[in-house]
Amino acid sequence: MQKLPDNFETYDEKRKQGFITMKNLKDKGQRVIGTFCSFVPLEIIYAADAIPCGLCASSEEPIPAAEAVLPANLCPLIKASYGFAYTEKCPYFYFSDLIVGETTCDGKKKMFELLNDIKETYVLQLPNGRDFPDALSMWRDEIIRFKEKLEDLYKITITEEDIKKAIKLKNRERDILREYLELGKLDPVPLSGYEMGTLIDASSFSFDIEERCETTAKRTAEVKELWEREFKGKKSTRPRIMVTGCPNMGVRDKIIKNLEELGADCVVIDTCNGIRTQLDKVREDIDVYTALAQKYLNVTCSVMSPNRPRFEEMGVLIDEFKVDAVVEIVLQACHTFNIETYNVKKYVTEEKKLPYMSLETDYSQSDKGQITTRLEAFLEMLM
Amino acid sequence: MNDGGIDIGSTAAKVVCRGDKDISFVIPTGWSCKMAAGAIKNILLKDGVDVSKEDTRVVSTGYGREAVDYAAKTVTEITCHAKGAAEIFGGEKAVTVIDVGGQDTKVINLENGIVTDFIMNDKCAAGTGKFIEIMANRLNVELAEMFELAEKGDPVPISSLCTVFAESEVISHIAEGRSREDIAAGIISSVALKVSSLCSKQRLADKIVLTGGLSENEYFARLLSDRLKKPVDISPEGRYAGALGAAAVASRL
Repeated sequence: MQKLPDNFETYDEKRKQGFITMKNLKDKGQRVIGTFCSFVPLEIIYAADAIPCGLCASSEEPIPAAEAVLPANLCPLIKASYGFAYTEKCPYFYFSDLIVGETTCDGKKKMFELLNDIKETYVLQLPNGRDFPDALSMWRDEIIRFKEKLEDLYKITITEEDIKKAIKLKNRERDILREYLELGKLDPVPLSGYEMGTLIDASSFSFDIEERCETTAKRTAEVKELWEREFKGKKSTRPRIMVTGCPNMGVRDKIIKNLEELGADCVVIDTCNGIRTQLDKVREDIDVYTALAQKYLNVTCSVMSPNRPRFEEMGVLIDEFKVDAVVEIVLQACHTFNIETYNVKKYVTEEKKLPYMSLETDYSQSDKGQITTRLEAFLEMLM
Repeated sequence: MNDGGIDIGSTAAKVVCRGDKDISFVIPTGWSCKMAAGAIKNILLKDGVDVSKEDTRVVSTGYGREAVDYAAKTVTEITCHAKGAAEIFGGEKAVTVIDVGGQDTKVINLENGIVTDFIMNDKCAAGTGKFIEIMANRLNVELAEMFELAEKGDPVPISSLCTVFAESEVISHIAEGRSREDIAAGIISSVALKVSSLCSKQRLADKIVLTGGLSENEYFARLLSDRLKKPVDISPEGRYAGALGAAAVASRL
C-alpha cells in the first residue's frame, strides 16, 4: 500500500482526487514515470509497461516555496516544477517511480540536480545541436541507456518488439491529436485555441492511451460535424493568430483566452504543448532506436542551436493555417526563447510579411492589465 | 455635435473635445479613475458639453479607459497616441512615436497614421514617468523643477535598470554631498538611456516625435535626440496626443 502525503487532508478536492487516482493505480502495481519535456522518448516508457506522467509545472502556487531553494529570477516553469515536487503537491511526481529530466536549458539542468535529492531523477543527455556529425548517434546511444535504466529499475527486459508496439501506439495517438489540432485550419475556426491547449494538457495526465485516443477522435468528429452543419461557407473576419514560443499552460488564461475574448482566433499553437510535437511521427520501417533518435532530436525547441527547423516548420504552419499574425510568448528568464525572438520577428515580419508581437511574462496576474493593453493594441492594429 | 477624447493615464487625465466646442484640459487622475471620469464629466458640462446627449460621442483610452462609463467605445492608448501624433505632427509616411507615460513607455511605428509595430517597457518603472516622479520626491522638488535643475547639472551615474536600486544610488549620492543639479541630471539622463534602449529594439523612422507629458520638455527631447542620433520633435499639444487620437476615433463612430 502506498502512503499519501502528510498534508493530504489540507488539499482541495481536485488535488485529492489526483492523489487518490494515482494511489489506486500504484496499489494495483502500475509502473509510473514522471516527465517534464517533449524531448523524452515516451515509447521507451510505454515499452517498459509503465505510464509516462506529465508533471505539474504551470501554476504560481508553489513558486514562493521553490524560491527558498532556487533563485527568483528563473523561469516560472522551472520554479513551479521544483516547487510542486518540493511541497508534495503534484500527485504525479509524488507517485512516480523515477523522474526523467533532460539537458535542455541551463535552468532545468541545474534544477534537476536539486530535484534528484527529493526523488531519483534520470537526466537524458540531449545534444545541444542537430547538425554536428555525432549528434544523432550520441542521442541514439542515450536512448538505449535510458532503456537500460528502466530495465534495471523494474528488473525487466525491454525487447525491440515492445518498442515497436509502443511506436505504433504513439503514432496512432499523434495522428489523432494532429487531426484534432488541424481543425484550426477551418474557416471559421470551430473551436478555440484555449480548448486545443486544454485538451493536449489533459492528455498528459490521462493514463489510458486508448481511451485518450477515443475521446479525442470523438471530439474531432463532433466538431467537424458541427462545422459542416453550422459554419461552413460563413468565413470569419476575426484575425487568425499563431501562438508560438515557450510552453504556455501557465499563462493560457492570461494570453490565449484573453486574445480570443478580445476578438481573435488562436488557430494554431506552435509550442511543445501544441502542434509542434505532433507533426513528425516515428518511422516504423527502420531500426527502432534510430527512428526514436531522429524524431526526438527534431523537436523544434529553442534549446537547439542552431534551430533552423523551427522556422521552416513555422512557415509551413503559417501557410497551412492561413495565419494573419504571430504572437510569441516568452516566459520570464527563458533565455533561449527570448534570444530567439529576434530571429522569429525577423522571419515573421520580413519573410512571411506578417505582424508579430512578443510578450514576456510569468505566472503571476500582476501584469494582466499591461498584457491586455498590448494584446488589444495588437488586434486594433490588425483590424 | 461634439467628439470627446478622454485619456486617463496613471498620473494625469487628459481631455480633448472637438466640434461645436473646442476644449482641452488636464486634471490629476488621483486615486480613483472612476472619480476622475466623474470630475471630467462635470467640467465638460460646465463648459457646455453634455456627455449624456446623443450628439456627443466619447471615446476613452489610457490605463483608466474602462472607468469612463459614458464612453461609447474604448481604444488602447497605443492606437490613440498614434492617431493623435499623426494629427499633431503630420501623418507623413513613416513616423516613430515615443510616449513616456506614467507607468508605461511605448515606442510606436506608424505609416500614414496606421500602427505597424509597437513595443512597451517590461513590468518595471525604470524609464517611465513614475521613475522621475519617485526621484523628484526623493530630491524634494516638483517635476518641472527637476528638469530645470538637471539642465544645470553634470550627471552622476545612475543605474537605468531598476527604480528600487536607482533610488538607493540616489540616496548614496545625496550622502556623498553631490549637488541636486548633478543628481537630477543623472536621473533624467538615466531615463533617456532606458528609453533609447527600448527604441533600439525597434526600427526607427526618420521622423521621431515625443508625445505624453514630456512632450513639452525641450531638454529631454535633446537628450533623447543625442542618444538616438536623430532629431526628436516635440509640441505643446503632445501631452494631448492620446486624447486627440480618442477624439479622432469618436468622430468616426
